Amino acid sequence: MKLHEYTISQLHDLISKREISVPELTRYMLDRIESLDSKLECYITVTEKQALEQAEKVQKMIDQGTITSPLAGIPMGIKDNICTRGIPTTCASKMLSNFVPPYDAHVVKKLYDNGAVLLGKLNMDEFAMGSSTESSHFKKTKNPWDTERVPGGSSGGSAAAVAAGEAIYALGSDTGGSIRQPASFCGCVGLKPTYGLVSRFGLVAYASSLDQIGPLTKTVTDCALVLNAIAGHDPMDLTSSRRQHPDYTKALVNDVKGLKIGLPREFIDDSVQKDIRDAVLNAVKVFSDLGAQCEEISIPIMEYVVPTYYIIALAEASSNLARYDGVKFGYRAANPKDMLDFCMRSRSEGFGTEVKRRILLGTYVLSSGYYDAYYKKALKARTIITREFNKAFEKYDIIIGPVSPTTAYRIGEKINDPVQMYMEDIFTVPVNIAGLPAISIPCGFDSQSMPIGLQIIGKRFDETTIIRAAYTFEQNTDFHKARPSLNE
Amino acid sequence: MEYEAVIGLEVHAELSTKSKIFCSCTTEFGGQPNTHCCPICLGMPGTLPVLNRKAVEYAIKAGLATNCTISLFTKQDRKNYFYPDLPKGYQISQYDLPLCKDGYVEIETENGKKKIRINRIHIEEDAGKLVHSEHGNYSFVDYNRTGVPLIEIVSEPDISSAAEAKAYLEKLKAILQFIGVSDCKMEEGSLRADVNISVRPKGSKQLGERTEMKNLNSFRAVYRAIEAEVARQIEVIKSGGVIHRETRRWDDARGESYPMRSKEDAQDYRYFPEPDLPPLIIKKELIERLKNELPELPDTRKQRYISEYGLPEYDAGVLTSSKELSDFFDEAAKVSTNVKAVSNWVMGDMLRILNERNLEVSQVPFPPAYLAKLVALLDKGVINGPTAKKVFEEMFDTGKDPETIVKEQGLEVLNDESLLLQVVEKVIQENPNSVADYKKGKKKAIGFLVGQAMKATKGKANPQLINELLIKKLEG
Repeated sequence: MKLHEYTISQLHDLISKREISVPELTRYMLDRIESLDSKLECYITVTEKQALEQAEKVQKMIDQGTITSPLAGIPMGIKDNICTRGIPTTCASKMLSNFVPPYDAHVVKKLYDNGAVLLGKLNMDEFAMGSSTESSHFKKTKNPWDTERVPGGSSGGSAAAVAAGEAIYALGSDTGGSIRQPASFCGCVGLKPTYGLVSRFGLVAYASSLDQIGPLTKTVTDCALVLNAIAGHDPMDLTSSRRQHPDYTKALVNDVKGLKIGLPREFIDDSVQKDIRDAVLNAVKVFSDLGAQCEEISIPIMEYVVPTYYIIALAEASSNLARYDGVKFGYRAANPKDMLDFCMRSRSEGFGTEVKRRILLGTYVLSSGYYDAYYKKALKARTIITREFNKAFEKYDIIIGPVSPTTAYRIGEKINDPVQMYMEDIFTVPVNIAGLPAISIPCGFDSQSMPIGLQIIGKRFDETTIIRAAYTFEQNTDFHKARPSLNE
Repeated sequence: MEYEAVIGLEVHAELSTKSKIFCSCTTEFGGQPNTHCCPICLGMPGTLPVLNRKAVEYAIKAGLATNCTISLFTKQDRKNYFYPDLPKGYQISQYDLPLCKDGYVEIETENGKKKIRINRIHIEEDAGKLVHSEHGNYSFVDYNRTGVPLIEIVSEPDISSAAEAKAYLEKLKAILQFIGVSDCKMEEGSLRADVNISVRPKGSKQLGERTEMKNLNSFRAVYRAIEAEVARQIEVIKSGGVIHRETRRWDDARGESYPMRSKEDAQDYRYFPEPDLPPLIIKKELIERLKNELPELPDTRKQRYISEYGLPEYDAGVLTSSKELSDFFDEAAKVSTNVKAVSNWVMGDMLRILNERNLEVSQVPFPPAYLAKLVALLDKGVINGPTAKKVFEEMFDTGKDPETIVKEQGLEVLNDESLLLQVVEKVIQENPNSVADYKKGKKKAIGFLVGQAMKATKGKANPQLINELLIKKLEG
């Protein structure tokens, strides 16, 4: 097996046994990025110098026994909307192409404290707005399984890097599915934590009441390890929960006996690609054979989840992106006529089309005369959606289904039909609306050999149960072992 | 047709917390531009607001001191608009669930006490400051002030005149200073007022169209602006015109206002609840604790001065117009047997000297007890009136105890009759004309002779005694 194919635990083992050093591993990964990334285009910035310096430092700490974290010395990548001090954080936008934050995001600090080695900042849809990473101002990341296809989005760079072995693990962000959908398109594991479990300080805000940072990894075990490191209250984020979180590695138990699983019929209707439906029904069988109780349920409110999500997310986004006015940081238009021209041109020139579209929609639904009909209504719908999911969770421990109605499509195929793309977020957005945790794990391949992801949704702060179910599925199937060929 | 004015005030006061409302930057006034900032108050990407607890407590105290109801459930909202001094492109304020509601403040008018109702008090963050270049098409932004905590106090349109508006502002300032939540310095911008003015036929119940007046940087400007605007509106209506809802800018140097922007094109702020800040649940225990922490309020103290010290209403009012002044007076009065005299000294000579020397009460270089001592010296007749004034000035110069000053400079009143008799005899000798005038019947001529005697004794003689001795000598 090649180094990039190992998991976090396996590499931790090799490092502890001194079979490989952190600088060696880091150099290996940097070389791999160098040879692959011109084709896959996962990275916006590769932090070679810092990575090697970090590697030396961490190796010393390991030698002195001053660091014992399972993540120590493991090279990883971070989505480019998560602030890294001294390293450009562009959000894949022209607006922030020259922005270098003087602070680290909370999760970055935590990973550094755990001895993580940063390989670079990963490509994404501009300002996290998109489902294919095609709206990035800089480059279009390719799906490692078929480079003519999208990796999904908005954390496309993160998912592709993990799948192709250009990072051992990565951090992404998920507002309406942006970790889970690219994970499913690229055949890796992606987890969106319960809203409030992970601090948002340093995450460039898209939709404040929906955003969460989460891990993308090759296995469920790796996912639990990273989640352990990044979860927990942050006094700099008042929306982060003060709950003590459990050790998520304790959830890595191969047992689903008696687990009550709900499969909403709205999740497997005709709008879903046939091979995805088959893969999900197969997963149901896997679980049932292992002693879980699967039942079909109904969540009728599904009809309203996409509009509810888009109204709330875009309203918040229109406000969150108001700070990009060319005054203090970021892109500034040249030779403005006056203050209004200055602001308008900086924003018109600095933002891409999809971002502008969403800001306009968000402004509209908040504007006088429309606020009650759209935004206020959406907030009420949100309460009902949350209530319906919570009702389902009174009877069931987890809810499963597909992540997306389709597998990865060709680059350029859907970019001109934004509403169509929005509709395909249908299975992921209700999770953000209700603030629930959910994980995407590989559960099959379609007729084109493209990966299919299974979504497992849990109760708020019950990452333990979804991790257990995911781990069990993984232990009893081989889907996660497949690797893209990459014509290497 | 007679018209009456209907006036409401929107007052912003900067809370005197140590740090800003959402970050730990200092709220100190002044400082080099952009040195009291951090990524949070600059609105840098990925940063989040963290609410300053003290700011909420100060705002609750302001509400309690103005008889407001404190909301048990309150939240913050985003007010969205673009301006270079607003880093995030929105201001975190409060929209529909303000922290305090339905209070009032009492003012003195020529027709007696009047209640001015307060509609609401809410908390919000301040914006930065723009400095425009004199030449050239550019402006500079100083973000030191962004994020300083503000309370916005909105009155009902209960105010009927410029004088009432001034009294209301003065009362608010006194209250906020007394409870220690704001230093209310209009010249430093820690107290700002915008005025909404309309007129209507006297006795009418309908409201006329209102205009908003901005750029009022002193109490005097508020007064003048209201008088001018009321007059302008009446003029417009009388000549058949119509008042348009607009914002006007007051130019105090010119004594007139001109329209800024029409309130019809008013901004749509697209208010929505701030998702980064959970709503606040205010516990009753907190409200109780803060209530108990409130010091004696100006009106209560004023009543105490009237009942306990027997001071007239006007005097009590002047003394309680500022906490520092009234604290000073309190300390002096405690150790004095002539509180009325102390009050006169404070209201008269002390305020005059503070004004002349541009001093705050806190900068008075001697303790209040020394003023009580000065009064005692005067009452005992150790020094006379003119000497006392001189000694008082010296106290400001040196901070010394008045007894020490009097001793060091030998300023005691001359009461030695034999000595004074000599002076009187000399004065009579040297001023035959005045003596003649007096003997002729011009009793007032004695004033001149007293004056001469005072001059001869360098002002130290007891003028009453001089007067007596002169009369005795002259009458034979």
